Amino acid sequence: MPTPTKGPRLGGGPAHERLMLANLATSLFEHDRITTTEAKAKRLRPLAEKLITFAKRGDLHARRQVLQVIRDKDVVHKLFAEIGPKMAERPGGYTRIVKVNPRKGDNAQMAVIEIVEELSAAAKVVREAEKARGTKVAPSKAPTGRTAEIAEDAKGESATAAKVAGVAAEAKAADAEAETDSEADAVASDDIASDDAAGDDSAGDDGAGDDSADAAGAHEASEDESK
Amino acid sequence: MAVPKRKTSRSNTRSRRSQWKTTAPTLVSCPNRACAQPKLPHTACSNCGQYDGRQVLAV
Repeated sequence: MPTPTKGPRLGGGPAHERLMLANLATSLFEHDRITTTEAKAKRLRPLAEKLITFAKRGDLHARRQVLQVIRDKDVVHKLFAEIGPKMAERPGGYTRIVKVNPRKGDNAQMAVIEIVEELSAAAKVVREAEKARGTKVAPSKAPTGRTAEIAEDAKGESATAAKVAGVAAEAKAADAEAETDSEADAVASDDIASDDAAGDDSAGDDGAGDDSADAAGAHEASEDESK
Repeated sequence: MAVPKRKTSRSNTRSRRSQWKTTAPTLVSCPNRACAQPKLPHTACSNCGQYDGRQVLAV
């Protein structure tokens, strides 16, 4: 959400400000870049980005909401047909403000506000790669140190702890083996060890399942006896 | 309505105006190697029209 504006309205009052911002937004979408004062550019940015978000949605309701601000249907058509689809890949930040030298005459601080160009092909590839990496699951590591100790202690009490302790013990044994080997072999055996650990993990899963099933069976048997 | 009792003397006017001073603006040299002209910081260069390696102003 954009920060609420501080200070007085632009122009003579709230209505005047609304009209000025609507005109600025219309000009911005019509020409893609406009030069205006820095204060106006900064006020325009949240409004323009909100309108572009409507354009990205692209349905009739969104179009009517934009028409409440921009009265020029040609500009609204351009916004929905060209600017909106161009920003499909971009999660916000559709405009750029660059300060330029102050205006002659009143020395007002000026700025250029423009609609950013479409993401390049390379940038799109990078974004997709990041997305793919974000969903990838990190490889599971064998528990070491305190976790392993706690698991060892609680082995008798819960199946999960027993499983963790088993994995930890296997990893420890594999590490010890690796240390005895030469340095070059150590890397390879490490890989194997991790594979082993993964295999044991699944095996431990099965074992735990069996245990619980057995326990359930025993429970049922005791119930039968009581009956 | 309050009105001045006396005309402001030439001396008073000049004394007051003696305090009007200008300050030199802070300038940096344009990061565009081909330009390297002094420009205002955080502002597009008025000579080459670039900002952050991007052409902002038509030159």
